[in-house]
Amino acid sequence: MNVQGRPTRPETAASSARGTFTGNRGLDIEEALIFETGRIDATGVDIDEPAPFRSKLGPHARTTAIDLPGLSEPEAVRHYVRLSRNNYSIDAGIYPLGSCTMKHNPRLNEKMARLPGFADVHPLQPVSTAQGALEAVEALANALLTMTGMAAVAMSPKAGAHGELCGMMAIKAAIEARGEGATRRVVLVPDSAHGTNPATAALIGYSVRSVPAGEDGNVDVEAVRAALAPDVAAIMLTNPNTCGLFERQIVGIAEAIHAAGAYFYCDGANFNAIVGKTRPGDLGVDAMHINLHKTFSTPHGGGGPGAGPVALSSRLAPYAPVPYVVREDGALRLVEHAEGGASFGRMCAFHGQTGTFVRALAFILSHGADGLRQASEDAVLSANYVRASLNDVMSAPFGERPCMHEALFDDRWLKDTGLTTLDFAKAMIDEGYHPMTIYFPLIVHGAMLIEPTESESKASLDLFIMTLRDLAIAMRAGERERFQSAPVHPPRRRLDETRAARQPVLRWTKPRPA
Amino acid sequence: MRYLPLHASEREAMLARIGVLDIEALFADIPADKRIDGLLDMPLAKSEMAVERAMTTMASRSLAAGSGPFFLGAGAYRRHIPASVDHLIQRSEFLTSYTPYQPEIAQGTLQVLFEFQTQVAALTGMEVANASMYDGSTACGEAMLMAHRLTRRNKAVISGALHPQYADVAATLAHMAAEKLVRLPPDVTASEDLAAAIDNETSCVIVQSPDFFGNPRDLTPTAAAAHARGALLIAVFTDPVALGAVRSPGEMGADIAVGEGQGLGNALNFGGPYVGLFATRAKNVRQMPGRLAGETVDAAGRRSFVLTLSTREQHIRREKATSNICTNSGLCALAFSIHLTLLGAAGLERLAKVNHANAVQLADRLSAIPTVEIVNAHFFNEFTLRTPRPAAELVEALARRGVIGGLPVSRLLPGAGLDDCIIVASTETNTDADRAAYAQALSDCLSMKA
Repeated sequence: MNVQGRPTRPETAASSARGTFTGNRGLDIEEALIFETGRIDATGVDIDEPAPFRSKLGPHARTTAIDLPGLSEPEAVRHYVRLSRNNYSIDAGIYPLGSCTMKHNPRLNEKMARLPGFADVHPLQPVSTAQGALEAVEALANALLTMTGMAAVAMSPKAGAHGELCGMMAIKAAIEARGEGATRRVVLVPDSAHGTNPATAALIGYSVRSVPAGEDGNVDVEAVRAALAPDVAAIMLTNPNTCGLFERQIVGIAEAIHAAGAYFYCDGANFNAIVGKTRPGDLGVDAMHINLHKTFSTPHGGGGPGAGPVALSSRLAPYAPVPYVVREDGALRLVEHAEGGASFGRMCAFHGQTGTFVRALAFILSHGADGLRQASEDAVLSANYVRASLNDVMSAPFGERPCMHEALFDDRWLKDTGLTTLDFAKAMIDEGYHPMTIYFPLIVHGAMLIEPTESESKASLDLFIMTLRDLAIAMRAGERERFQSAPVHPPRRRLDETRAARQPVLRWTKPRPA
Repeated sequence: MRYLPLHASEREAMLARIGVLDIEALFADIPADKRIDGLLDMPLAKSEMAVERAMTTMASRSLAAGSGPFFLGAGAYRRHIPASVDHLIQRSEFLTSYTPYQPEIAQGTLQVLFEFQTQVAALTGMEVANASMYDGSTACGEAMLMAHRLTRRNKAVISGALHPQYADVAATLAHMAAEKLVRLPPDVTASEDLAAAIDNETSCVIVQSPDFFGNPRDLTPTAAAAHARGALLIAVFTDPVALGAVRSPGEMGADIAVGEGQGLGNALNFGGPYVGLFATRAKNVRQMPGRLAGETVDAAGRRSFVLTLSTREQHIRREKATSNICTNSGLCALAFSIHLTLLGAAGLERLAKVNHANAVQLADRLSAIPTVEIVNAHFFNEFTLRTPRPAAELVEALARRGVIGGLPVSRLLPGAGLDDCIIVASTETNTDADRAAYAQALSDCLSMKA
C-alpha cells in the first residue's frame, strides 16, 4: 500500500549536537556502508582454488576489476544485525498500515518453505521428480478456488500488481476473442482505487474513466451505469474498498457491467476481511487477484516478495496464462505451452512464487475452515473496536457506519490546530508505534487508515487506542511544537525528502580526496 | 487457534463497546443471499505438528536437487549459500517489516537497498540500479517498455538465444500493449545477425550473454549497430555469478542491463521467489521502473536513506506512471546483497572460476563419449550438448538413474528442430564424483537401444 503522498522536509534545523564520541546512543548504533568498511581483497566465503584447467572463456573473459568490497563473516553478521535494529517490524509491535494487512507471520511457514522437497527443487527438473512441489501448488490453488467460488486460478503472477496485470490481460484476450478489441478500450476505475489499478489499465493500452464514490464511501450503481458505454472493457473495483467498506451495491454493479458486455475485475487486496463470509464468485466477479502476503500472511520482507494469484470466472478461465498444473492419471503435469488453446501467454519465467505458495498453504492448513472464518471476524471486530473507541476524538468520514477490516478517519478534527495527519503519524513513532496508512485513499482529506488485523490481543489494542486518544487530545490542545518536531526518539528525525528527489544520490561513490 | 489472541469474553466486550449484538451485525453490508456459513469443503484447524507432518510428506514426493548429481541451470542455479545468509534474512526486523514508507524507523531496509543498488551497478558496470524487480524475466519485459519510452518507438528486436520464457513474457507484454516485436529464430551457436534486424523503428535489441545456450557474447558490435540507428541495447544475464568471469554489460555498451539475481543468496524454490536486477545509465533514471532508495539527511543533519523519485510511480502518477509495479523483491534482494558482501570481488571471482573450472571438466568428460558433441566454442558454466537420442527421453532416462542431466531444449522450444539438444550447467556444488556419475549414466543410456 502506498502512503508516501506527502514528502517531508525538516522545518527547523534541530540541534545536531551529539552526546557521544561515536554518535551512537546506547543500543542505537550508527552503521557505516559496506563500501566504507569492506576491503576489495577481503572475503567471508572460503573457496578452494580449482585445479589447473584450460579456460573456455576465450575473448569474453573479464579484464577489469569489480569494485565490490567484501567482509569476513563476523563483520558481515554484525553489519546486518546492526542495520536490522533500525527497522520497525510486526514481530516487535502493532503495524496498523491500512490496506497492507500486517498480520503475524507464523514461523512454521518459514520452516515448511525450507523443506528440501520445496526449496531445493529446480523449476525445470523433470516433472516426474517435482511432484511434491506441484502438489503444493495444486493444494493452494484448490483452497483459493474454495474460498473464492471461482472457476480457475492463475498461479504465476508474482505480486498484487502483477496479478492485476494478469487479470486485465485475460479480460483483454476475451474481448479480442469476441472481435471487440478495437472498440472496447476504456476501463472504469473508482477514484478511491489503488494507484496500481489505473497504472495497470494504462499499461495494456486502455484509457481510464473515473467513477466517483458516493457520500457513503461506496460506488453507486447509478454512477457506474452513467459511465458505462459500448467502449467499456471492464471495471476495476476494490472490495472491500479502500475506505474499508463492503461495496453494498456490488451485485447490482456486477449485473450492470455484464449487461453492458464488460467484465468485472475485483481488486482483492482486502480479501482478508471476507474469507469464509462470502465468495467473490457469487458476487459476479470475473477476475480477482489475491495478495498472499496480505490475506495469507507470507512475510512482507521489507517490500516483497509477494505473490498475486488471480482467480478467474468460467468466462475468463480459457484465457489464463501458462503455466498451469493439471492432474492426469494420478500424476501432476505442468502445461507450459498454450497447446492450441486460447491462453493469452506468459507472465513470468517458470511457475510463480512457489516458496510463497508453501507459506500460504501452511497458513491455510493451520487455520482450517474455522480458523480462517474466525480470522476474518476478528480482523473486522478489531477494526470496529478501534473505530468505535476513537470516534469521539477523531473524525470518521462516514460517521458511525461499521467498517470491515480497517477504520478510516479524516483530518476534520485537526481543523484550526495548524497540525496535519503527517504530524500525527510522526508522533505515533515517538510512542513506539508504526503509523497507519496516511493520505490514502485520496478521496478522503488527510486520510488515516488503520488496519489492526486479527493478530492483536485486546490489551495491545487498548494501549494503542489509549495512546492515540492521548495524542489526539494533545493535538487539539494546541501542542504544536511537540508534533511538528516529531519524531525525536527513533534512530532518525524527519528526513529531507525534497533534497533526495532534487539531487538524487542513488549509489555510493568514492569520496574525492580532500 | 494458536494465531488468534482474542478470547471469547474479550470478543463480547469489544462488541459491546462497538454497540452491536453480534459479529454478524458488522457484516450486514454483505447481501444476505450472498453470505456463506464458513468454508464447508475445507478441513478444520490443525496443530503445528499436524501441518508439519502433512507438508513434510508432501515435500518428500519431490527429488531435492541436493540429493544426487545435478546439472540443470537454464535460468536458475543451485548454489551453496553461506549459513549466515539465511540466518540474517530471518531477523524479524528484515523479515516482518513493510516497504520502508516511514524512513525514521526503516533505515535498516533503506540502507540495505542503497548498498544493493551500488552492488548491482558495480557488478553490471552500469551507473545506477533500482531496488530490484520480481525476477529476471519481468525485469527484461520492463526494460523493453522503458526503451519504448526513452526512444518513443515501439519495436523490440529479440535475440534467438534469449531465454525462451523471457522472450515469451516480452511477447505477451508487447501483444497486450499493441507494440511490435521481432523474435529471431533459435540461435544455438551465437551466429545470428542482430545488426541486420535493426531498423529506424527499432527501440531496442534484447540480447542475453552468456546466452540461453551457454555462449558468452561480445555485445559491442550489437551496441554500436543499435546506437547507429537510435536504438538501445538491453543486455540480459540469468546468472549473476557469470559476471565474475565475463565482461560486464556496461563495458560492452549496454544501455540497460537486466538479469536474474537468484544465483546469489537464493534457493531454487521451484521457480520463485527470485530477484530481478535492473541497471541503466544515470541519464535514464527518470524512466526507470521500480523502487529507488536515495541518500539524504535528517533534521539533525545525519546521513539517512529514503525511497525517492516516487513521482515516476503509480501511487502518485496513477495511469501516467512508468510502471504498475509497487513492490520490489526486498527479502530476496537482501539475501543477494548479503551473499555478495560475504564474497566481495575476490570471492566472486574465485567462485566464478570454480564454476567455470567445473563446467570445463564436465565438458571434457561428456565430450569423451562417442556420439556426444558440445556445440559451444566458448562457455562459462553452461553449454549445449547434441546427442544421438531425443533429449527429452534421455533426460528422463538419466533421472531414473538419479542424475538430473540438464534441460532438454524441446521442453521450452518445442518444434524448433532442437530435439537433440540438452543444456547442461555446472556450479561449485558439483564434485568430481558427480561428473563421473553423469558421464557413466549418459554413456549407459546411449548404449541402450533407443
